Amino acid sequence: MDCTKTQSLVQGYVDMELDLASVMAVDQHLQSCAACKRIYAQCSALRSAVRQHTSYYAAPAALRGRIRAKMGRPAADAPARTDRHRPQWFQLSQWLQLGTAAAATAVKDRSRWLQLGTAMAATAAVTWMLALQLNSPSQDEAISEQVIAGYARSVLTSHITDVATSDRHTVKPWLSGKLDFSPPVTDLTTAGFPLVGGRLDYLDNRPVAALVYRHRQHLINLFVWPYSKSDKPVAMQTLSKHGYYLLHWADSGMTYWAISDVDPADLKTFAEIYASAK
Amino acid sequence: MDEQNRGKRFEEIFAVHLDAAYNLARWLTRDESNAEDVVQEACLRAFKFIDSFHGGNGRAWLLAIVRNTFYTWLEKNRPQMLNVPFDEDTLAANGSEVDALTIDASYGVDRLLEKEDSRRLVNHALEQLPTEFREVIVLRELEDMSYKEIATIANVPIGTVMSRLARARKLLQQHLRQAILEA
Repeated sequence: MDCTKTQSLVQGYVDMELDLASVMAVDQHLQSCAACKRIYAQCSALRSAVRQHTSYYAAPAALRGRIRAKMGRPAADAPARTDRHRPQWFQLSQWLQLGTAAAATAVKDRSRWLQLGTAMAATAAVTWMLALQLNSPSQDEAISEQVIAGYARSVLTSHITDVATSDRHTVKPWLSGKLDFSPPVTDLTTAGFPLVGGRLDYLDNRPVAALVYRHRQHLINLFVWPYSKSDKPVAMQTLSKHGYYLLHWADSGMTYWAISDVDPADLKTFAEIYASAK
Repeated sequence: MDEQNRGKRFEEIFAVHLDAAYNLARWLTRDESNAEDVVQEACLRAFKFIDSFHGGNGRAWLLAIVRNTFYTWLEKNRPQMLNVPFDEDTLAANGSEVDALTIDASYGVDRLLEKEDSRRLVNHALEQLPTEFREVIVLRELEDMSYKEIATIANVPIGTVMSRLARARKLLQQHLRQAILEA
């Protein structure tokens, strides 16, 4: 590669936008050409100066609040799932009031109302238990919905991967470069689950790694992100929802959500092989 | 899509990318209150067109709307700025001179790094760039967007993104060098 060609590629080289062959050709030329090397040094110095010193203006809190108000959303950062469960609590409190009212009436007119009051109190208790049951696993519930959304979005938009390669030595550094953690990436081709590539996604209020594997005609997404210290390891558990199979576990500081439309047994095999290989 | 879903979907994009939206608007308008106006208008538009967002890159989608809103705003409020013809070739020009400056390592920006007021100098140099150059630098260096994403947002071919970036950087280097010489 000559100087003219190198200099025309040097921006793309600094921006990491060149294909591998061009990167290697530029590398080779830079090693032997002082003039081009100086231009390259200039470009990367400018790049780091701009990245390091330019102001990044965050949105003022007042603006955030104003826009929320305009969209008819509450001003505070209320998590969406609180909203979703509210109807059950409303229902519950109504039932409780009704139950109490019925019980009070029952005291006045024992003979006629006692049975009905008891029935209502029983209904209230059942509703109470139902509401508790629906509310307690809400964290996993909300995440599983997000996992399905992430997978479905990727398939519907044909945005399967950001980095498409079966080479885990490419996928892992690429993801690590974009995230604040390094997901365990391993190619499971020999076990029948070839690595297709990696993708960034956004789950549980944070950027996460999505590893993409293939099994026959099916795609498997494995979402990986670090879990907080307070969380204990979670044994593998299977979930079926909206026609997808999900598998969730957590160990050695990472939380894992696998999702696919493959047979649940295959998904389990995949997860077990992945967990033991990483 | 029902109203609740629209709101939820908008909230997802909005909550995460509002800073990016404001930062772009702030660099395009070079003014705090105008930036707020542009972002607010852009968010209203985004909310209106949320159905056209089919997943994928929410940040690029929102930034494209911010950018379009900015140019509409410019047309209405600062039409004189649009009358300045944007000629990439002239701007990148004095070709040989700029090339000479780029190669002149003794006035590199690395010297700038030693200066305490480097933030002010870099900010000022970037503010001096024509809008079309400023936006590619902001999207590339501050938002870390790929050429392809920038091409989508600015609605130009990738080749144009590349030439604009190269020219923007040359000009930026020139401005910085001047600033250092004056300092």
